[in-house]
Amino acid sequence: MHPADPLPQGDLDALVIGAGVVGCAIARRLALEGARVAILERGADILDGASKGNSAILHTGFDAPTGSLELACIRAGHAEYLEIRERLGLPLDRAGALVIAWTEAEAAALPALMAQARANGVGDIEPLDAADLRAAEPALSHRAVAGFRVPGESLIDPWSAPLAYLAQALAHGATLARGTEVTGGAFDGARWRIETPRGALRARRVVNAAGLHGDRVDRLLLGEAGFAIRPRKGQFVVFDKPAAALARHILLPVPNEITKGVVVCRTVWGNLLVGPTAEEQTDRDRADLVPATLAALAARGAEILPALGGHAVTASYAGLRPATERKDYVITTAAGGSYLSVGGIRSTGLSAALGIAAHVAGLCGAPGAWAAPAELRWPRVANLAEGAPRDWQAPGHGGIVCHCEQVTRREILGALDGPLGAQSLAGLKRRTRATMGRCQGFYCTAAIARLTEGRLAQPMVGADG
Amino acid sequence: MAEGAEIAIIGAGPAGLAAAEVLARAGRRVVVLEREAEAGGIPRHCAHSPYGLREFARPMLGPAYARALVARARAAGAEIRTATTVSAIRPGPEVEITSDAEGVGRIAPRLVLIATGARETSRAGRLIGGTKPGGVMNTGALQGLLHLNHRRPFARPVIVGSELVAFSALLSCLGAGMRPVAMIEAGTRPTARWPAALLPRALGVPVLLGTEIVAIEGGARVSGVVLRRGGDEWRLDADGVVLSGRFRPEAALIAPAHLVRDPATGGPEIDEFGRCSDPAFFAAGNVLRGIETAGACWAEGRGIAQAMLRALAGGLPAGPGGRIALGPGLGWVVPQRIAGGAAPALPVLQLRAAGALRGRLALGAGAREIAGRSLAALPERRLILPLPPAALADGAEVRLGPEG
Ligand SMILES: Cc1cc2nc3c(=O)[nH]c(=O)nc-3n(C[C@H](O)[C@H](O)[C@H](O)COP(=O)(O)OP(=O)(O)OC[C@H]3O[C@@H](n4cnc5c(N)ncnc54)[C@H](O)[C@@H]3O)c2cc1C
Ligand SMILES: Cc1cc2nc3c(=O)[nH]c(=O)nc-3n(C[C@H](O)[C@H](O)[C@H](O)COP(=O)(O)OP(=O)(O)OC[C@H]3O[C@@H](n4cnc5c(N)ncnc54)[C@H](O)[C@@H]3O)c2cc1C
Repeated sequence: MHPADPLPQGDLDALVIGAGVVGCAIARRLALEGARVAILERGADILDGASKGNSAILHTGFDAPTGSLELACIRAGHAEYLEIRERLGLPLDRAGALVIAWTEAEAAALPALMAQARANGVGDIEPLDAADLRAAEPALSHRAVAGFRVPGESLIDPWSAPLAYLAQALAHGATLARGTEVTGGAFDGARWRIETPRGALRARRVVNAAGLHGDRVDRLLLGEAGFAIRPRKGQFVVFDKPAAALARHILLPVPNEITKGVVVCRTVWGNLLVGPTAEEQTDRDRADLVPATLAALAARGAEILPALGGHAVTASYAGLRPATERKDYVITTAAGGSYLSVGGIRSTGLSAALGIAAHVAGLCGAPGAWAAPAELRWPRVANLAEGAPRDWQAPGHGGIVCHCEQVTRREILGALDGPLGAQSLAGLKRRTRATMGRCQGFYCTAAIARLTEGRLAQPMVGADG
Repeated sequence: MAEGAEIAIIGAGPAGLAAAEVLARAGRRVVVLEREAEAGGIPRHCAHSPYGLREFARPMLGPAYARALVARARAAGAEIRTATTVSAIRPGPEVEITSDAEGVGRIAPRLVLIATGARETSRAGRLIGGTKPGGVMNTGALQGLLHLNHRRPFARPVIVGSELVAFSALLSCLGAGMRPVAMIEAGTRPTARWPAALLPRALGVPVLLGTEIVAIEGGARVSGVVLRRGGDEWRLDADGVVLSGRFRPEAALIAPAHLVRDPATGGPEIDEFGRCSDPAFFAAGNVLRGIETAGACWAEGRGIAQAMLRALAGGLPAGPGGRIALGPGLGWVVPQRIAGGAAPALPVLQLRAAGALRGRLALGAGAREIAGRSLAALPERRLILPLPPAALADGAEVRLGPEG
């Protein structure tokens, strides 16, 4: 068995609850400010909540509510991602988005959306008529009426980004404890004592970044919560690599009150995805796939890009948004500023995470709250995106193990190694993409079971029996 | 060595190895490029099946059969490079490879044979609902765990599908001490022919016909499946799901390349010599159309290797030949084009029907019937027609009509 992450000892400056993209970004920011940070995650591995399945778009905030905290965090988060990504080895596909009206009624809503985009500081949008749309996106259905382009909307790797944030936090002394659920705690006026089944920890500040369980953690620690999580499911279908050539841009519909609507876009790995749906549910952990919905998504994709009809679905997944009864993020403080709750980061958390982290650090009195290191370290994460060099192109890779996604033995062993090494098959997939391609494990299951044997806290089926 | 090869063969399964043997025996410098650490293709992990009757005149287990094919190709002088993945093919022909020692390398042979095989359709491709627990896999993955790793992933799985490979999964499970709780088939009868179809009953495993799998349940592992027959839905306890069959060509190299791909088969478009739209490329085996027996793929590899020898000597008719169109109800045809000329590598037209068939299956050009036969066939069963004797012009069509 892989040894469990050690439980952080001694007095902490800050304890972050939850290793989703938001918690990872907060841990990074606080560690870079010089705080002694620990991050606790109840799952076997990081990114197993809301952050496990999203559309992977780095939003500009063009359609966020004007004047909202959400908009401010998206703008700041987007800008910081662009600034740091090269040093951390993070990909960026500047695809740009087309917002497309399919009816005259939708077209009538475009001017207001464009005005909102400009008011939100996204000034580089361009209106497009039907002919412009066809020129910009040759495979698009001719039924598109009008639209506009948002050049700044981009595609990123939704897992390498938080992994890199956390890796940089660890490089600055932060500690990660997975398989460690916060079950209670109390504040004595100076310090928090946080309970977990593995033991207690002490910290001056606590940041609740528990995503889909945020209101529960508030109730556990404060006795009350300022918001109520209402999980909203989003299902997706993924088409194989040849389909990716059909979409040059991120294709967005005209959004409505509840959702940004069904998006068609490439991934940085070179696939094409269609989704998400927006379905309210009560379960916070379980996101069921529904065959009729998946078929409807595939069909919707083929309405938008008719040529998609000839392509096969190679993967499907569902994610849960930590939505609340409110429209905006709910970021509040309690217990004399020693407790920060970061709630309701529902559908833009990947884009906003670095901005949220800076906001949270500000609420903690940073900069200046701690002694920041003179020089920062920039650990690089493995690149899985197309367009940048991949591991299989360099000698010494030990052979390709996952053929569909061209994942090498060296990459898999690397992802299993170190304090941030994968602890579950799902975690290994997110770090390497192994088994996530068109064959979904037909060829590589046996090889991956061999490589992971005895190395995962949550062993892979077939590596344990 | 590979750098000086006249012929590069991609894939060391039965089709690629059979071709390698023929070509090497004829004195050609052949390199077989195989991405797995061991050559042999799918039979490497089929530890139960009757392989080798046609090739070695005796029934063999898959692994022994694979080793025998490898030994023959080597003895004939072919070089087999394992753990070497072909990452792209380009006009020239150029074959881009990646290996531990080199990273990326390139080979420029005179001819290339694509023999990359086929794989089963995944859970996602079947749009199955529910959660994503561990313990859902294809027969290929199951047999890899059992025979390469000696691990038993579950104890009481359901097996989805009833093609021959489903019975292979069933035997693998029973042989390893697992007890499948049911076999599930959406059609009203098993796809595989008698006698395989009688096997489960004889072994005490219920076969649920007309039944679909709607959802898979479970957290870390499968806990059950939700099934549907007609209007009824019910849950069955199980700790694993084997998704068998519905093979698709492993055509990942072809999709981004310059070669014409047939959307109906998912494989490359070829003529009766196994020649692709770029005549420097040939293809053989399961990559052409999904699953056939190993013996059939082996024979195909040999036949197409002969055509490649003729191509090297300038002895093949110029392509591309007319494209055969498909009438309603028909799924695919291989070869897709007929160039005409003596000694075709593929002796018949292979076809599949989308549904059950009854009537006269005929290849015609205008009102003229070139070849035809009466038949009554079940979905997914193999259909054949004689190859037309001469080159076809575009516009020939295989169609299904009334008897008469
Ligand atoms: C369908 C869909 C599409 C989306 N598309 C985009 C997009 O394109 N762009 C974008 O920017 N955003 C997108 N999002 C939003 C983004 O994914 C979320 O905003 C983000 O993942 C929220 O992250 P989080 O860290 O707040 O929550 P989570 O990822 O849920 O992290 C919380 C973590 O806390 C842990 N935890 C909970 N309770 C405890 C406890 N008691 N003790 C210890 N740990 C605990 C959980 O296990 C979890 O890992 C999308 C979301 C969905 C669902
Ligand atoms: C579970 C199961 C049971 C079976 N049982 C029987 C049986 O009992 N009797 C029988 O006759 N037949 C049986 N078959 C069918 C038979 O095994 C196959 O039809 C036969 O192996 C096909 O041969 P092939 O050469 O076309 O492809 P494969 O055997 O699939 O070989 C293709 C090879 O190409 C390699 N390859 C693919 N892409 C690349 C690339 N880019 N670079 C390098 N190498 C690559 C693959 O690694 C593989 O080794 C069974 C099949 C299955 C799945």
